[in-house]
Amino acid sequence: MKLRVVQASEIIPIVSELCIKANEQLPEDLCETMRMAIENETYPPAKEILDVLRENARIAALEHVPACQDTGMTVVYAEVGQNVHIEGNFEEAVQEGIRQGYVNGYLRKSVVRDPFDRVNTGDNTPGILHVRLVPGDKIRLTVAPKGAGSENMSRMTMLTPAQGLEGAFQFVMETVRKAGANPCPPMILGIGIGGNFETAPLLAKTALLDPLNVRNPDPFYADLELEWLNQINATGIGPQGLGGKTTCLSVHIRAMATHIACLPVAVSVGCHVNRHSSVEV
Amino acid sequence: MIQIQTPLTLDVIHSLHAGDHVLLSGTIYTARDAAHLRMMECIQRGTELPIPLKGQIIYYAGPTPTRPGQIVGSIGPTTSVRMDNATPALLERGLSGMIGKGSRGENVKQAMQRYPSVYFAAIGGAAALMARCVTSLEVIAWDDLGPESIKKLVVQELPLIVAVDSEGNDAFQIGQSKYLETLMV
Repeated sequence: MKLRVVQASEIIPIVSELCIKANEQLPEDLCETMRMAIENETYPPAKEILDVLRENARIAALEHVPACQDTGMTVVYAEVGQNVHIEGNFEEAVQEGIRQGYVNGYLRKSVVRDPFDRVNTGDNTPGILHVRLVPGDKIRLTVAPKGAGSENMSRMTMLTPAQGLEGAFQFVMETVRKAGANPCPPMILGIGIGGNFETAPLLAKTALLDPLNVRNPDPFYADLELEWLNQINATGIGPQGLGGKTTCLSVHIRAMATHIACLPVAVSVGCHVNRHSSVEV
Repeated sequence: MIQIQTPLTLDVIHSLHAGDHVLLSGTIYTARDAAHLRMMECIQRGTELPIPLKGQIIYYAGPTPTRPGQIVGSIGPTTSVRMDNATPALLERGLSGMIGKGSRGENVKQAMQRYPSVYFAAIGGAAALMARCVTSLEVIAWDDLGPESIKKLVVQELPLIVAVDSEGNDAFQIGQSKYLETLMV
């Protein structure tokens, strides 16, 4: 078996670029979904707000400025091919990439070194790194800056198996209602169901990376995504919480095996600038 | 579109109603989580606040860093509810308006009626667009807080929506009910 050698230092400029690109250029599928939402919005004041959001995304991409001032805590997903040998310190390289991206890209530094003393680290590090080993000899890097307005509205619960689908649905709706105007709706929901206490939120958050126009491959969950989307859009919360049809742009469910006694449900709330940018190394 | 200017007068405050679209011009001050904690410490200690409050507006915002040759980075509102505990004490001392996003608690709405003031919603996440309304920026206190320092901004026709007026009316509740009513017809 021949291993492909990648220098950790090669990762630095790549992560730096991804941080800047993710913050300035919203994903195509998000822009397209927003365009369709504007067409389908029936409440004129809501339509007006959606138009502003679309114009904001256009200006950010055109002028190379961050779409939102909350350029987030940086989440990096690395899918590392098992035939890759990384020389040097991978995690340090990722952190250095974040540092350079946020400093050189004039992105906001939104990270404090400790939850209680709350001193700003000044360079947006540390970011959060999720590494997964996959077949192949490539590294796929995804940078997803996540703002706190939506992050603070995300929730997780351990339901009992008896609470079932209805319990999960109620928890999702309760999360949406509690969030209300706060997470900058129209939002995108990533929902993780199953696994255990630490996997459900990760499933939920990873679901925010799914292409917005692609449904869950399992028809049961694909139907559920559309049904829950309709229920959420019947709340009337609307863009910015000021009323309208467009409360949520897309719902993405990821489910996995779980314990006979467990039904974990996690809802990761994404805002209308659900940012992520990927590259294969 | 209603044009308003800082400092806000009582007449202007009383004339604004939940749901009104306004364009705001004049001087405003940014302050968010950390700056509010420090302002509360000032009040407890009886020391002077770094900003004037009478007739003034606080913008819950922390912009991205300013690039060379620019006036400001991207700037939009942060979630207001996190400032709710500190807000009544500032209203009591003369603060006339707040700009942020999302709903306010009952404590704030009640204080806003006792000390007539207005809570404006800016469009969350439209930070690249709204930066165009800022004509000057100056850090005036607590530079060590970085993005959370208190900044004096001069804005020109910043687009806002009256989210809670001085009578306690709430544009979020009104807007959502109005939309749901359109479905009944």
